[in-house]
Amino acid sequence: MIQIEGIGNQTGKKFWRSLNELASTPKFKEWLVQEFPEGATDLLDRGSRRRFMQLMAASMGLAGLTACRRPVEKILPYAKGVEGLVHGAPQHYATVMNVAGQAQPLVVEAIDGRPVKIEGNRKHPISNGAANAWAQASILSLYDPDRSQKVLEKGKASTWEAFGAAAKATFVGDGEGIRILSGAVVSPTLASLRASLAAKHPKAKWYEYEPVNEDSALAGSELAFGDRLRPHYNLLKADVVVSLDCDFLQLDNPGLNVIRDFAKRRRAVDSAVPAGHGGDHQAAGHKADAHKADEHKADGHKADGHKADEHKADAAAHAPAAAANAAAAAPAATPAAAPAAESTSINRLYVVENNFTLTGAQADHRLRLRAADVQAFAADLAREVAAIPQGLKILGQSDKYIAALAKDLLAHKGRSVVLAGPRQPAIVHALAAAINQTLGNIGETVSYTRPGRTSSAAEITELAKEVAAGQVKTLVVLGANPVYSAPADLDFGAKYKSIATTIHLGFEVDETAAASTWHLPESHALESWGDAMAADGTVSLQQPLIEPIFKTKSAIEVVSMALGVATSAYEQVKAQSKLADPAWRQALHDGFVAGSQAALVKPAANAKAVETALNAAPKAAAGLEVVFAPSASTFDGRYANNAWLQEAPEPMTKIVWDNPALVSPKTAKELKLEEGSVIVVERGGRKVEAPVLVQPGHADNSVTLTLGYGRTSVGRVGTGVGYNAYLLRTADAMGFGTGATLAKSARTYELVTTQEHHDQAGRPVVREATVDKYKEEAHFASHEDAHIELFQLFDSFDYSKGNQWGMVVDLQSCIGCNACLVACQSENNIPVVGRDQVSKGREMHWIRLDRYFTGTEDDPEVVHQPMACQQCENAPCESVCPVAATVHSPEGLNDMAYNRCVGTRYCANNCPYKVRRFNYFNWHKDIEEVGKMVFNPDVTVRMRGVMEKCNYCVQRIQEVKIAHKVDGRKPIKDGDVLTACQQTCPAEAISFGNINDPESAVSKMKKNNRNYTLLHELNIKPRTTYLAKVRNPNPELA
Amino acid sequence: MADLAFDPKAVEQLSPPLVTGQPSLHEVTEAVSIHTEIETHRNWYIALAISGSITLLLGSMLAYLVSTGIGVWGNNNPVGWGWDITNFVFWIGIGHAGTLISAILFLFRQKWRTSINRFAEAMTLFAVACAGIYPLVHVGRPWRAYWLFPIPNADLAMWQNFRSPLLWDVFAVSTYATVSALFWYVGLIPDLAIIRDRAKTQMRHTIYGLLSLGWRGSATHWKNYEKAYMILAGLSTPLVLSVHTIVSFDFAVSIIPGWHTTIFPPYFVAGAIFSGFAMVITLMVIARWVFKVEHLVTMTHLENMNKVILATGTIVGYAYATEFFIAWYSGNEYERFTFINRAMGPYAWAYWSMVSCNVISPQFFWFKKLRTNIPFMFVLSIFVNIGMWFERFVIIATSLHRDYLPSSWGYFRPTIVDILTFFGTFGLFITLFVFFTRFLPIIAVSEVKGMMIQTEHEKHYLPATTSGSSEPVKAH
Repeated sequence: MIQIEGIGNQTGKKFWRSLNELASTPKFKEWLVQEFPEGATDLLDRGSRRRFMQLMAASMGLAGLTACRRPVEKILPYAKGVEGLVHGAPQHYATVMNVAGQAQPLVVEAIDGRPVKIEGNRKHPISNGAANAWAQASILSLYDPDRSQKVLEKGKASTWEAFGAAAKATFVGDGEGIRILSGAVVSPTLASLRASLAAKHPKAKWYEYEPVNEDSALAGSELAFGDRLRPHYNLLKADVVVSLDCDFLQLDNPGLNVIRDFAKRRRAVDSAVPAGHGGDHQAAGHKADAHKADEHKADGHKADGHKADEHKADAAAHAPAAAANAAAAAPAATPAAAPAAESTSINRLYVVENNFTLTGAQADHRLRLRAADVQAFAADLAREVAAIPQGLKILGQSDKYIAALAKDLLAHKGRSVVLAGPRQPAIVHALAAAINQTLGNIGETVSYTRPGRTSSAAEITELAKEVAAGQVKTLVVLGANPVYSAPADLDFGAKYKSIATTIHLGFEVDETAAASTWHLPESHALESWGDAMAADGTVSLQQPLIEPIFKTKSAIEVVSMALGVATSAYEQVKAQSKLADPAWRQALHDGFVAGSQAALVKPAANAKAVETALNAAPKAAAGLEVVFAPSASTFDGRYANNAWLQEAPEPMTKIVWDNPALVSPKTAKELKLEEGSVIVVERGGRKVEAPVLVQPGHADNSVTLTLGYGRTSVGRVGTGVGYNAYLLRTADAMGFGTGATLAKSARTYELVTTQEHHDQAGRPVVREATVDKYKEEAHFASHEDAHIELFQLFDSFDYSKGNQWGMVVDLQSCIGCNACLVACQSENNIPVVGRDQVSKGREMHWIRLDRYFTGTEDDPEVVHQPMACQQCENAPCESVCPVAATVHSPEGLNDMAYNRCVGTRYCANNCPYKVRRFNYFNWHKDIEEVGKMVFNPDVTVRMRGVMEKCNYCVQRIQEVKIAHKVDGRKPIKDGDVLTACQQTCPAEAISFGNINDPESAVSKMKKNNRNYTLLHELNIKPRTTYLAKVRNPNPELA
Repeated sequence: MADLAFDPKAVEQLSPPLVTGQPSLHEVTEAVSIHTEIETHRNWYIALAISGSITLLLGSMLAYLVSTGIGVWGNNNPVGWGWDITNFVFWIGIGHAGTLISAILFLFRQKWRTSINRFAEAMTLFAVACAGIYPLVHVGRPWRAYWLFPIPNADLAMWQNFRSPLLWDVFAVSTYATVSALFWYVGLIPDLAIIRDRAKTQMRHTIYGLLSLGWRGSATHWKNYEKAYMILAGLSTPLVLSVHTIVSFDFAVSIIPGWHTTIFPPYFVAGAIFSGFAMVITLMVIARWVFKVEHLVTMTHLENMNKVILATGTIVGYAYATEFFIAWYSGNEYERFTFINRAMGPYAWAYWSMVSCNVISPQFFWFKKLRTNIPFMFVLSIFVNIGMWFERFVIIATSLHRDYLPSSWGYFRPTIVDILTFFGTFGLFITLFVFFTRFLPIIAVSEVKGMMIQTEHEKHYLPATTSGSSEPVKAH
C-alpha cells in the first residue's frame, strides 16, 4: 500500500523532495514546460561571444540541475527496500467499498502499488470471499479517464486552495442556510463529522438521499413493530422461502452471504439421493473441501482463520456425512420440532413478482403478479396463515397458490421466511413481518438490527421544500447526484439552480456537477481512508491502495475541510475505531473491527396494528402500472460510465448498453408491440420514451422501467445510453405507480443482445429434473446422452500423472448474476467492444451466462448456464489450427499461444461451444494511459487479429506452481489455485482443481450423481462438466 | 447386307467438324495472332480502364482491411468465415475447368478441347489468383500469413500443424497454381514462337523470342514438347481432383453439422467442374464473338461444355438430396436441424436460390435446342455461377450460424467492404483477361492446326465415297 498520510494534501508539514522542487521559482517552472529553453536559438546570432559564454554557463548550470532531478510525481522511490516487497508479486489488502449503497468487504490485489483486482474479504462476517459484478467492475472506474479530475468553479478550472478559502467563508456562525445532502451515510467517521457539524453550526442540516433505498422496509417495520428496524435473513435455516417481489439474489440483495446460504440449501438436494458410483458421499466431502478453499491465497490470512469459518469447518468435520450437506445449518440447529435431517434438505422457493428476476428464475413456484397486486397477495397470505384476522379475500385469483403456500409455511414454522422487496410499499413489509412472527421465524430465520436510518424520499422532499422556501443558501452535495436521480415531482434540477451556492463532490462531472457553483472531484474508495458499517453493522475499514491518481478528496476530507478539522482522514478513521496498536493493525489487516456487529433486536409484531394499517392502505388500482427497478449494470446510474458493466449482458434479458421497457407477451400482443417498438409511457403528465422488450414471464398490465440510464453528463461511456426512467418516478411512486398509460410510437429502435435464441431447441443443454425424478433416477442427467463407444485411432495422451485441471459448474447453485463474467474481464484484460460491435456478435467475454427459457411464454422457467472454454482433451480447435497456436498442455489445458496465432478463425468455427473470441479490431487502440493501469500485468493484452479464450486462469495456476516450486516442490493442495470466476462466485457454483486427486473438491463433484458432460457424444472429452439442476416443486401445486 | 459405305452426313452428325468454314492453316494462324499484332483498339483501352478501376477498388478494400482488421467485414462469432472463404472456394471452383479441359480431356484424346483449352487454362490461372487473395488476407494478421508455409523462419521456430486441413489447403492450392501455370506456359511455347516469327519490330521479336525459349519447331523440339506436355497433363489430372477434395476437407474434417460430411470431396469436385464450365461458357460466348473466332470455337464446343454442365449439375443436385437423406437417416439431431434450418431457417432464401440455380436450371440442357442457343446458354451459365456461389455461402454460413448450443446462434450480414472486395476480384479477373487477350494467342494455334491435319489424315483412310467434303489442306 502506498502511504499517503501527510503527502498530497497540504495540511501537514511541507516537505521538499528534490532540488527541483526546492528551486521552483516561477521562471524555473516556465522553463520546465518549454521544450527549448528561452534563448536556445540565440547561438545562431553571430558575433555575440559574451552571449555565448552566458549561455554555456547557464546550460552547464541547468545541466547540473537536471542531473539532480528526481521524479517528483507520485511513484515510490524504493531507496530503501520495503520489507517483504517483491516487485511484480501481488499484495493483498483488505478494505471496504460502498457498492451500490452497501458496504461490501473486499480484498484488493495490488501489483507494485497499483490495484488491479478486487475480491471479496473471506474473513468478514457478511462476506464469503465473493464480490459482485459492481464491486469487480469498480476497479475500472478507478482508472476511468473520464473521472472528475479538477476542482471546477462555475465550470472553470479552479483549485482546492480556492475552494478551501471559499468554504472557510461559508461555514461560519450558526450555519443558517447551510444544508448538506449525501447518500446514505454508512461511514462512522462521516457520521461523527455530521455530529460535529451539528455541534459547530447548529442551524445547518444534513439530509440523506438514496434513489434506491430501504425506505419501505424501515417504514414497514415501524408499522409492525413500532420501530425502524432492518431485517437480516438467515436462509441456511429456511426450508421455505417466500419472496414478495424481493429480488434478494440480485437487485435487492442485502448481502452476498444471503446468496451463499441460499445456494447451500439448493445444493442440499444431494442429501436426498444415495451417492453415486464411488460409494462415498460426494456432497459432504465437497463441503469440507470448500472450506479449505476458504482460506486466503497469498496474504497471510491463512493462519488466523475466522470464527465463522472455523465453526463451519467443525460442523463439516463432526456432522454425519449425510447431514453435512448444509453444514453450517447444523451447529445452529433450530429449536423447532422438525427432525434435523430435514433441515439439510433442499429448500423450496416461492416468488411473487411482476418482472422476471434472477430470484424468480430460481423459484420452484413463481407467480407473476403486478407489483401493485403483491400487497393483496401478501394480505391474503397473512390471513391464510392467520397472521392477521380472517377477512375477505382481496385477490381471489391465486387461491390455490396461496393455500398451498400457506400450508407449506405452516408446516415449516420457525424454518421458513417471507421476504418483502424494497419496491413494495411499507404495508407489504409489515405483513411479511406479521407472517414471520406468526410462523415463529423471528429470531430464527430473520433477525433485526436498528440502523438509525430515516427515509430517503422524505428527506429529499423536505430539502426541496426548504429550497423552494428560500431557506437554503448553501447546499453541499456529497457524492450524490440529485439533479439526475431525485423524484421527478420535486423538480429538483430547477430548484438546485436557484440556490446561491451549491457545492458538489462527485466522482464524475455529472448532471449535478454541471449545475453547481463548485464541483469537487471525489476520490475512489481505493484512494482514500474511510470506514463503513456493513449490513450487519460491522465496522469495516477502508484503506487506500494508491495515492489519489488525480487531485481528489473523499467526503471525509471535504467535510473536514469545511469544518476546519485539522486531522487527516486516516487519523479520524483510526480515532473513530477507538483502537490502538496492535489491535488497530489487526483490524486493518482483517478489514474490519472484530465484534463490532450491531446488536440484534428481537421485536414483536403487532398484528392489530398491521391489520389497521392494511385497512388504511390504499387498494391497488387496476390498469397499467409502471415499475422502477434498479439496473443490474448501472444500479441507480452511478456505474453508467463503467464500460464493463454496460457491456455485461443484463442477466435475464441479455440486453447490453440499454434499458428496454419490459412488458409481458400478452400486454405486447394487446398493444401490438414488438421487440424494439418505441413506446411512450405516461404517468401523471410525465412522459418517457423507451424501446420495448417482450419479456416472457412478465406480469400483464405492468411495464418495468430500469433506472440508471439516460445520463446526460457522466463521461464518454455512459452519456446518452438508454433513456432516463427517473423522469417518471415521483416521490409517491418510488417503487411502482399505477395509472400509467402506454402508447406505441411510430419509431423503432434496435436493441442489442448477446443471445438471440432463448430456448434450447429441444437439445439436452441444461439438464433439469424435479426432486422426485432425481430420487427415482439419480443419474438422470448423464442418461440423456447417447453413450457410444468410439474407436480411437491413436493412443490417447496419458493424463494420469501430475496436476490435471478440471472444473465442475453446479447449475443448481448458479444464479446467473454476472459476477464471474466481470471478474474474468478484470482478471484477463478482456476488452470492451461497444454496442455496435456486440450487435455484430463480436463481444469478447470469455465466460458467458447462457440463459434459456423453458415452458410456456407466459409462465416460463429460466435456467442459466455459465459457458467458457471446456478445455476438451480431444479439442477440435487444436487439430485445425494450421500454425499450432492452440495446443494442449500436459496438465490438460487447452493453451493459447497468442503470439503464434495468425487468426484464421478456423478454431472458433470448429468449437462446438462457440467460446472462442476473435479480436476483430484493435480494441485497445483508444485506451488512454490511465486506463491502461487497469490491466493485469500477469496476462497478455491481445492484439488485433488473434484468437483468445478462457484458459482456467493459467496465470494463477502458474503463480501457485512457481510458489510451490520455490517452496521445495510441495504438491499443490486443493484450493490453492482459484480461478477468477470461482473465487468471486457468491453462490459457490464453480469447483476447480486437480481431477487426478481423488480428494479434491472437483473430483468429488465429478462423482456427483448430477454430473454430466455437455455434447458428450462428440467424444471431445471436455474437462468442464456440469451438475444438473433440480427443482423442488410443491406436490400440491403440480 | 448392310451398306458398309459411310454416309458423310452421318459421320458429320456423329462427329461434327471442330473447325468450320474450312480455313487454311494460315488463316487459322492469322485469326488467332492478329489481335496481338494490330494497333490497340480503343475498346481495349475502355475495357482496361473499367476493369482496372475495379481492380484498384479491390486494392483499396484490401488496404483498408489489412490496416483496420477483419472487423470491416461482416464476420462474427459464431460465423468466423463469411464471404472470405465463400469467395475463395468460389474462385477455386471456377479454376477447375481449365486444367480439366487441358489435362483430363487431353489424356482422353478429346480433340474438341483444342479450341478452348488455352482460354480455359488462362481462366484457371486468373481464378486461382483471385482465390489466392482470400486465404492471405482473411487471416487476422496477414503480415504473418507466411507462417502457413513450411519455410524456415525465426518467428515461429517450429513446424506447422500438419493435422490442419488449412495447411493441406495451402499445399494443394499452391501446387495447383504452380502446375497449372507451367502447363499453360508449356502449351504456349510453340504459339509464342509463331508470334515471334511474325514479329515486325525488334522489340516484339526479342520479347516473344525470350518467352518462346528458342523454339524452332524442329522434330526434337516437338518430341520433347509432346512428352513434357503429356507429363504435365498426367501431373495435373490428379491435382484437378485433389485441390477441391482438399478444399472440401476444410469443412469435412471439422465437427460442425453441415460440414462434417464424407460426401464432400466428390460433391465439391463435381460442383467445381460445374461452375468452371459455366464460367468458360460465359467468357467464351463473349470472346468468340469479340475476336471473331466462331469458326474455331464452334457450337460443337459449346454444346459439349453444356453437356458437362448438365451432367455435373445433376451430380450436384443428387449430392444435395443425399445430404438431406443422410441427415434424416443418421438420426443425429444436430445434423437434422442443420438441414431443416438450411431449407427453412433464416438463410432459406440463399438455399432456394442455390437449388433453383444449380439443380433446376441445368436441366434445360436436356433439350438440344436450348443447349445450342447462345443467349440462353449465356444466361444459364451466369445462373449456374450465382448458384455455385450460393452453394458455398450456404455451406459456410448456414452451418456456422446455428450449430450446437442455441445460446451462441447468430446471423451473418455482409458489409459494404465484403461486397466491394468480391466485386473487386472480378475486376482483377477481367483485367488479367484483358491483358491476356491483347498479348497472347487466346487459342492454341499449333494444337488446332495439329488437330486439323490429323482430322484430314483420318479422312484419307475413309472410303473414297466419303471424300468431297474437303479440299486438301492448304499449306501456309
